[in-house]
Amino acid sequence: MVASIRLGVSSLMLHKLRSGLTTLGVLFGTSSVIAMLAIGEGASAEAQEQIKRLGSQNVILRSVKPQEDQNQGSQTTRILSYGLTHEDRERVEATFPSVGKVVPSRLVAQEARFEDRVIGQPRIVATTPEWLEVSGRRVSEGRFISGSDMRGATNVCVLGTEVARELFLFKDPIGQRVKLGADYFDVIGTIAPRVRFDSDAPGAGEETTKELFIALSTADAWFGDMNMSRRAGSFNAEEVELHELLIGVDNVDDVIGIANASREMLARFHDDQDYEVVVPLELLAQAEETKRIFNIVLGSIAGISLLVGGIGIMNVMLATVTERTREIGIRRALGAKRRDIVAQFLVETVVLSVGGGLFGVALGLLIPKVVQWYTDMPTLVTLQAPILAFTISAGIGVLFGIYPAWRASHMDPVDALRHE
Amino acid sequence: MSDLSPVAGETPSANKLIRADSGTAAAPVAEFRSIHRIYRMGNQEVRALDHVDLVFRKGEYWSIVGPSGSGKSTMLNVLGCLDRPTEGVYELGREDTGLLDDDALSELRSRRLGFIFQSYNLIPQLDVLDNIMVPLLYQSNPPKDGEERARHLAGRVGLGDRLDHRPRELSGGQMQRVAIARALVNDPDMILADEATGNLDSQTSKEILNLFDELHQEGKTIVFVTHEASVSERAERVLIMGDGRVREVRDVVKEVSA
Repeated sequence: MVASIRLGVSSLMLHKLRSGLTTLGVLFGTSSVIAMLAIGEGASAEAQEQIKRLGSQNVILRSVKPQEDQNQGSQTTRILSYGLTHEDRERVEATFPSVGKVVPSRLVAQEARFEDRVIGQPRIVATTPEWLEVSGRRVSEGRFISGSDMRGATNVCVLGTEVARELFLFKDPIGQRVKLGADYFDVIGTIAPRVRFDSDAPGAGEETTKELFIALSTADAWFGDMNMSRRAGSFNAEEVELHELLIGVDNVDDVIGIANASREMLARFHDDQDYEVVVPLELLAQAEETKRIFNIVLGSIAGISLLVGGIGIMNVMLATVTERTREIGIRRALGAKRRDIVAQFLVETVVLSVGGGLFGVALGLLIPKVVQWYTDMPTLVTLQAPILAFTISAGIGVLFGIYPAWRASHMDPVDALRHE
Repeated sequence: MSDLSPVAGETPSANKLIRADSGTAAAPVAEFRSIHRIYRMGNQEVRALDHVDLVFRKGEYWSIVGPSGSGKSTMLNVLGCLDRPTEGVYELGREDTGLLDDDALSELRSRRLGFIFQSYNLIPQLDVLDNIMVPLLYQSNPPKDGEERARHLAGRVGLGDRLDHRPRELSGGQMQRVAIARALVNDPDMILADEATGNLDSQTSKEILNLFDELHQEGKTIVFVTHEASVSERAERVLIMGDGRVREVRDVVKEVSA
């Protein structure tokens, strides 16, 4: 076996340029399989990561401002009332009593201030203590809102990293007091950032939302349901009871059922489409499906280039067989059986294609790095990709080597010996 | 053919081979029994071998002569199990080759036959030693001392110091010596030479023919196809072919050297 590989290599070395050029087809085929899979995997891995951080066991019910004619009443004072209600929350809790936790939250439109530094429109989330667990977020310092904060409607807040940085620079914010609207809140903790994903921000990246958290009960007591905004000549107010209901499902198998039941329930009680149901698990499934299609498409393109490489190899091997007719005759005369001749030429083809495959794997591992370096596009080389690419290239060697080898082995020894 | 050496008193007929010069006949190595080899070219029928009966015995040195198209090459191909007769029985070492499949014939070639060609037919990408060992490569149970044997034979044909040379680095005479060593490496029953000196100058031819004489003296069976009378007369028995038939078999009487 070793001897026949050595022989194959030495035969190929007689035509270094031709052998080298022949391997290029497989080389580029293999490397493009790996590179394309790496780019595809990279893109989908990032999307999946974002979805997973939303919590694959969660169902998110969100309030959405219904579509309406924006010009109507733009000069007047109006109050727009929409979204999820406390009744919805109670219905959800009553309908799915055993599924897990239902975490309501509401956004409060107030500015945040510390000494002379102001954040005009922070995302103030008023919620309950369970939010931390269900959302899967982590407190980086101090603590989150507690049950007693809820019961006492205390003026405490937890800052997102961005808010902490902007208001306090390098100072430790814990124990300080932040002014939200007209009232002072004690900072009791900070919360770690997350990678952000939501339906209206597709270009998601590192969390840059200026978010901070207060107890829902406190928000009810101080700010009510009304969020007001003034613009030149108009005064708008929105009345939203709850902006979000985060349902943490205990068992992942129930997620889809609960999502569907929630949709039906909300449809029954809401005349307008003033809500949306976000199911990370469904998004995940969609992302996986997208990835699968993506992989099939990329894989086929790369596969075609491998196929072309294989045909190139077959072409060269057929020429080689013709050129070495006499050698085949000699070997047959000296006792080579048909299968010996088949083996000899098959080994050469496989050496060509595996050689191309090896260099192709090397190049294929390099390309994603270069792509990532120049474009910041995430890439991910999974272990399967090089193995798959290499196996295919070796397989192509065998597949496209069979016919030339068969031709070689079925030459008539007498004719072959007479061949010039 | 006219300048062949004087022929022994009794010339055996083509179809009735009796060795006149020895009382006890040696064992047959190869035997043709009414062999026909007929090629069809369109409607035409070419009888390359037409009813040939022959016995090649152990230790004999045959030369086959005849004009081109007389069937001598076809005879060599059939003898070498490279071609099958259309009719008749060819026995090699008491084995009916007609009953063997392609693999078995290949095995037979690698074990029992040694080939020497006009154009040497070495394999260009192999060095001298590897070229000599090619027949062993294809035996189903190659001998363990193959390389040793190949080295020994290379030394014997005078190429012991060129084992790692490629064929293109050798002269014609040297290449033919490698081919002879290759034909001997499997210790064959019969050595088949096809115009083995046809591409060589007269001096080199003489050296190669001396080597054949040595092999003959060692008891090897040799069949040598040639069209040169000076070559054929070095053989022991001369087979004259014409139109696919055996015209004559002559035993050459060697002048006793002083």
